[in-house]
Amino acid sequence: MDAIATYALRLGDDSLILGQRLSEWCGHAPVIEVDLSLANVALDQIGQATHFLNLAGELEGKGRDGDALAFRRDVMDFTNCLLVEQPNGDFAQTIARQLLFSHYQELLFTALTGSKNATIAAIAAKAVKETSYHATLASDWVIRLGDGTNESKSRMIAGLDWMWRFADELFVMDDIDAAAMTAGVGVDKAALRAAWDARIDAVLAEATLSRPAPRRATTGGRNGRHSEHLGHLLSDMQFLQRAYPGATW
Amino acid sequence: MSDASKEWPLWEVFVRGKGGLSHRHAGSVHAVDAKMALEHARDTYTRRMEGVSLWVLPSAQIVASDPGDAGALFEPAEDKVYRHPTFYKIPDGITHI
Repeated sequence: MDAIATYALRLGDDSLILGQRLSEWCGHAPVIEVDLSLANVALDQIGQATHFLNLAGELEGKGRDGDALAFRRDVMDFTNCLLVEQPNGDFAQTIARQLLFSHYQELLFTALTGSKNATIAAIAAKAVKETSYHATLASDWVIRLGDGTNESKSRMIAGLDWMWRFADELFVMDDIDAAAMTAGVGVDKAALRAAWDARIDAVLAEATLSRPAPRRATTGGRNGRHSEHLGHLLSDMQFLQRAYPGATW
Repeated sequence: MSDASKEWPLWEVFVRGKGGLSHRHAGSVHAVDAKMALEHARDTYTRRMEGVSLWVLPSAQIVASDPGDAGALFEPAEDKVYRHPTFYKIPDGITHI
């Protein structure tokens, strides 16, 4: 894959893995309304993934479509950031992940509406409305839990503590990102950091929470170096195509 | 069994299908406040493009007629057929009437 195809692949992998993670809540959320909220976010993410992965397959030009990329790759071939593969934990941990990621994704998609790749620009324009709602939903829950009871607050703090070390990776610019940006297809993710910091700090302040203590950032997802959690997620997600290759229904 | 006293309050949800139509009762959601009720209503009742506008209101605020009064309230209308505007010709192409 060239840089532009890889760029699309990374966008798709982020959405796909987060969508799969969130779908694990289906039938298990604290109340049925929240169950639907999380399932809706999951479906939005999987819809975005379908578009981005189909595009990556087209750009690659080897006959792979979104399904082939989603279900017939192994762990090391996935390029999602480490944040989205982190386990759901309790509801607060899931919401912490959503807060960090959705604000990033909304800023990213807003910038990508100006991409010179018309398909990426169109996907971003559609998806940014979805993502804007995800960011609002996650922010509201962080505020409720953070500024709630002693238990909800301590769980929210623990959830943010778990996820925080994976935030830096979102804004890393490597060779692929630089090439995509030079081509006018990608954007400067590092430049999104200041706006993201301001949004997160505003939510944390309203939630009466402080930023977690700085930790050494964990990266590597973009190059296929994943946590052990992704393999387990894939074994679930890809079970059917592994057991019955090419099965359709 | 869940403890009813710990359940979130119930809210009634009304959805406007499209501009020009009235809001219609869609169902109910549990939520701790109006903001959450709107989010839950959005996620529960508009996920298949059912609406362009939402109302939520606390179910406890609804005042209902007493079923025991149904006879006095509604039966007198049964034989007043002339109250139906059925004696007009409706021009072709008129919708939502």
